[in-house]
Amino acid sequence: MADIRSLQDAVADLVHDGDTVAMEGFTHLIPYAAAHEVIRQGITDLTLVRMTPDVIYDQLIGAGLVRKLVFSWGGNPGVGSLHRFRDAVENGWPRPLELDEHSHAGMANRYVAGASKLPFAVLRGYRGSDIPTRTDTVSTVVCPFTGEELAAVAALNPDVTVIHAQQADRAGNVQMWGLTGVQKEAALAADRVLVTVEEIVEELTPRPGGIVLPTWVIDAVSVVPGGAHPSYATGYSTRDNDFYQAWDPIARDREAFLTWIEENVRDNVRNSEGALTR
Amino acid sequence: MTATPAGTTDFTSDELMEVNAARALASARTCFVGIGLPSTAANLARATVNPGLVLIYESGTIGSKPTRLPLSIGDGELAETADAVVPVPEMFNYWLQGGRIDVGFLGAAQVDRYANINTTVVDRGPDKPEGRLPGAGGAPEIASNCGKVLMVLRHSTRNFVRRLDFVTTLGHGGGPGDRKKLGMPGAGPTAVITDLGVLRPDPATAELVLTEVHPGVTVERVRAATGWELTVAGTVGTTEPPTPDELAALRTLKAAGKDAR
Repeated sequence: MADIRSLQDAVADLVHDGDTVAMEGFTHLIPYAAAHEVIRQGITDLTLVRMTPDVIYDQLIGAGLVRKLVFSWGGNPGVGSLHRFRDAVENGWPRPLELDEHSHAGMANRYVAGASKLPFAVLRGYRGSDIPTRTDTVSTVVCPFTGEELAAVAALNPDVTVIHAQQADRAGNVQMWGLTGVQKEAALAADRVLVTVEEIVEELTPRPGGIVLPTWVIDAVSVVPGGAHPSYATGYSTRDNDFYQAWDPIARDREAFLTWIEENVRDNVRNSEGALTR
Repeated sequence: MTATPAGTTDFTSDELMEVNAARALASARTCFVGIGLPSTAANLARATVNPGLVLIYESGTIGSKPTRLPLSIGDGELAETADAVVPVPEMFNYWLQGGRIDVGFLGAAQVDRYANINTTVVDRGPDKPEGRLPGAGGAPEIASNCGKVLMVLRHSTRNFVRRLDFVTTLGHGGGPGDRKKLGMPGAGPTAVITDLGVLRPDPATAELVLTEVHPGVTVERVRAATGWELTVAGTVGTTEPPTPDELAALRTLKAAGKDAR
């Protein structure tokens, strides 16, 4: 059952040093506020998992909290490169970053296997690509019925999945809608689940294409209005495209990055407490 | 082959590329749209040569009808204007791997003479770390499973390389038959549209051949911008310059995107 609790307490209880953590969201509903709480608490040696690591993973990597990244496309969507990610991979700053790299189809299927509690998933993928030479989580399997050789990808089972959604009810049932990405699979694949939401409502009204995660598959729900900013929450906010543009020059420069993190994340007690008191 | 004298045209080489990329979608029913230039081309196609084109984005949108160029692959307008929004595993398994998409439209950081693609890492020379690119994204399976693949990228020796540092996504491998041997369902890349012209695979060798240049571009210029000994078709055509309507539609889309920011 999901406890409705402060973001600070939920992150402290559910995310530990050395964990494998998935913070999913395909451009939409990215759990920025929760990731900033991880930075404030200095939770480190993380293996981060996500199909599309973007600015928030750039921030976690640049803050030196990440040991390994499992992913399929790392960029600033609509803008360009992730400079903190590149600096870690190319120069080992602030620490070396190990990579486990896949295609989108492979990552999506790794989550499906994880949610299904199967050891691996099959797909007609990776053919002719060099990707399998750099990872030990892609192999092949022969179909017992047709003899076709298919790609096999190892299941992903994060210690913790953190997602953002629009609404929860008082019992901790959660609903999200719009682009729902791979969040359901990432949540069901994980041992522990934290969901930040825009608001608590008396009753969840079913939405077309909406996904409901029942309270008994979630550990904690934290109410964090605007917790997806600079990404967005359909029905509540729009994407802050200017922020994604503004991030590029900040992330290019190590000093500018460190200053930004100090001023906007580590010292941002007002924002942190603002989220807690809602 | 005729060349328009430089300086007399009132459109840019990027606009030539984008308009020609859009025209390549004239007869497609469904298009899996990559980020960046492919998205520009696909949205221009909907505004000009193919209003009924079904645009599919890997974020989960099917039949998106945005009124401006999307600012990212997960732009809210793509979802709001779509016929359907599906979860990402469904998009890749049912729609893409299920063989339901005619054309995959991709960009690339590096491409070789067989239209193989690298978007993963680049070699920067001895004693230097590999240069990091974004990674594979959806491209390997888009190139494998779509009926055919179109590519659009700017033409330079940095992008059109003799040898890929890494094969992220297979085009035609090392020649004819390679795709078939790997059991890839789609026909693979059929055209690479650049800011200088159009390259297409030779049916006999699968190697990319220069078949058309844009107005004002010489064959020599394309050769100089290609990192391998470029084969040129017996007769190289010249693409039609953009019509006023095409240019107006492209500029309207781009201006609307800027306003949205």
